[in-house]
Amino acid sequence: MGSTSAHNEGVGRRNLIKRSAALGLLTIPTMSFLSACATGGGGTDKETKAPGGEKSEKNPLGVKQGAPLEAFIFKGGLGDQYAKDAEADYKATYGAEVKHTGTQQVGPKLTPRFAGGNPPDVIDNSGADHLNMNQLSTQGQLQDLTVLLDAASMDDPAKKVRDTIHPSTIEKGKHGDKFDVLYYAFTIYGTWYSQKLLDDKGWAYPKSLDEMVKLCGEIKKAGIAPWTYPGKYPYYVHFNLFAQIAKIGGMEKWIAIDNLEPNAWTSNDAVKEVVEHYEELAAKKYFLEGSQGLTHIQSQTAWNKGKAVFLPNGSWVENESAPTTPKDFGMAVGALFDGTGDKMPHGTLRGEPSEPYIVASKGKNPAGGMELLRIMLSKKHAQNFATKVKSLTCVMDATEGMALSPGLASASKVFGEAGDNLISLQLQEWYPALTDEKIGGLTGQLLTGELKAADWIKKTQAEADKVAKDDSVTKFKRSA
Amino acid sequence: MQHGKYRFIVGFLALPLIVYAIFVISPFVQAFQISMTNWSGLVGTAEFVGLENFQRLWESSDFWNALRHNVYMLALVPVVTLGLGLFFAFMLNVGGKRRKNEVIAGVGGSKMYKFVFFFPQVISVTIIAVIWFNIYNPDPDDGMLNSFLGFIGLDGLQNSWLGEKSLALWCISAVMVWGHVGFYVVLFSAAMASIPRDIYEAALLDGASRFHTFFRITLPLLWDTVQTGWVYMGIIALDAFALVQIMSVNMGGPDGATDVMPLRLYLTAFRDSQFGYASAMGVAMLIVTMTFAVLTMRFARRERIEY
Repeated sequence: MGSTSAHNEGVGRRNLIKRSAALGLLTIPTMSFLSACATGGGGTDKETKAPGGEKSEKNPLGVKQGAPLEAFIFKGGLGDQYAKDAEADYKATYGAEVKHTGTQQVGPKLTPRFAGGNPPDVIDNSGADHLNMNQLSTQGQLQDLTVLLDAASMDDPAKKVRDTIHPSTIEKGKHGDKFDVLYYAFTIYGTWYSQKLLDDKGWAYPKSLDEMVKLCGEIKKAGIAPWTYPGKYPYYVHFNLFAQIAKIGGMEKWIAIDNLEPNAWTSNDAVKEVVEHYEELAAKKYFLEGSQGLTHIQSQTAWNKGKAVFLPNGSWVENESAPTTPKDFGMAVGALFDGTGDKMPHGTLRGEPSEPYIVASKGKNPAGGMELLRIMLSKKHAQNFATKVKSLTCVMDATEGMALSPGLASASKVFGEAGDNLISLQLQEWYPALTDEKIGGLTGQLLTGELKAADWIKKTQAEADKVAKDDSVTKFKRSA
Repeated sequence: MQHGKYRFIVGFLALPLIVYAIFVISPFVQAFQISMTNWSGLVGTAEFVGLENFQRLWESSDFWNALRHNVYMLALVPVVTLGLGLFFAFMLNVGGKRRKNEVIAGVGGSKMYKFVFFFPQVISVTIIAVIWFNIYNPDPDDGMLNSFLGFIGLDGLQNSWLGEKSLALWCISAVMVWGHVGFYVVLFSAAMASIPRDIYEAALLDGASRFHTFFRITLPLLWDTVQTGWVYMGIIALDAFALVQIMSVNMGGPDGATDVMPLRLYLTAFRDSQFGYASAMGVAMLIVTMTFAVLTMRFARRERIEY
């Protein structure tokens, strides 16, 4: 900066004063613009007049012919082609334009549109960056979907939609008494493995936690890591860990955890048993080295390559890891393990409705949004979904008689064996900051052996208590 | 011609000033306004809550934890980045062997070095984060760093890097340094080019070594540039959002070991839908950044040297 910088004294004090005075002068006239500011619009609670068409046998929701529809679909492990296929049917039936957006950034992209009062009609609110549905629901932004449940189904006009879908879907989609979220897919969570690898080595999928520890010892002797997990997203471990607690300790005690009741973690013996099991796995180094730094994709790839035998995951893994899965891998999922004094029988499974679809109550075409969901709930589209993304839907018996891929076939099989013994957890859905960030951080430390089970339980309880006391977080209660 | 000069100027400046006021200054002012509400960000209504958000912030151990990490970075990253930048720039411009008819020269191949150093500036920070995330991949076959360590027989140094609580923040800081050194090399090179050659000539005639030349001549004459660079780099260290968001495990983990203020703000706004509280964090960040800039300007001031 040669002699040219003689005027570059940084911001001197006098200049600072001059400038701030100038800023002040500038901002005074802008005060009038503040009425047009971010928090000033879209707050009117007028009943939006949805474009209504004639209701008929074929059109029970009264969708208006030619009324355009806007769909915002999460484009993650399941892609968004299945939704486009349903949109094509909508287009053909109602002669209307469908504006489709596939994204991984549902929350950041749609928050301003909700605030501005012009949300899209139908949204697949999934992924890490999803919208906060509790807030949306309490603020009256979600369309009550009871109308959809009571509408005639596409395949059989004599049947209502509510009779064609799995009852847990209806249970899970409620905020209070209002059914306003339709979980379209059905995810089977559990311990995923390669049937071929187990058969080749003559190992059997363990029935209990103790058998698992024993088998891990054998696997390690064979020079393979027994387990891996994505340390970048420790909540993957919770898919199993939480469900295991619910299976052994029973749903009643888990519901206390979901409801953030005091001492819900510390007073539950199942918590102690399960967390100590994980502590033991960590102490004996049964996790693939370096797992704490892997993404879900990297851990799935290591698992596909046979570097590790078991992986905590959900049924989307088959579709997501397809590019790295060997042809004869024989992907399979196993039920939860038995502990001591279990409240739920062997074969119990964590199976949950997933992919939350919402319809914006203040959108331009809520009837059209619900109609798209009705189209997706037909057998034709449920089967299309199963074929395209290898996942079950909430539509019951939709995949009967289809040829299924190995992972999906295994998931259907354990799902069938579990019968009514299905576990559904709300904690992550309701309090993601608690489960993913706080408890996730603790779990990460537990699996690297830096944290003992007793401390994990104590700290988890403390974090849960903190959320229970925090008024800024909307609370929910469940009884079943 | 003097007549109506101001009207003329104001007439021309009015439009850009109005645009600036609407799109830059008014959101700025609104941030203060929003920080005193409980706005969720999802609907257009909010209640005024006064300074409640700031009180929450003051009591929030998470925010202090994030601020602490930013301060660590602020203490370390600019020093290392500017130090390396100065060193490389000096070597490329002054540090070479003396050739005939030239008072000073850079080391051999300095043109090529300049190009290579500047390269990270050309790629977007997102890409840099993804590239380095994969370099740090703990897998001994797929992770570039670990497989390299294995290749040269240093298996003992293999690590899970970003998954290791005590290392993760420094792994991310190293990427920040790597990404910005090139810019400062070019900046300081340009500044060095404007230092008169005869000063160096006089010093060399007096028998000054490279070391002395640097500390007695180059650095004092570059002080203005260094100071500017310091403020700029400090502001970058107080941010670090993109790198942490993409690279860290579990968003600012393991167990909160890499959390930074902007990430807290982002999660509060977009995950927890508490825009009012997040705005209060934004205001707090502004205060921290301004304090840093003002203090730097105040204490780094030196006698100006005219040449």
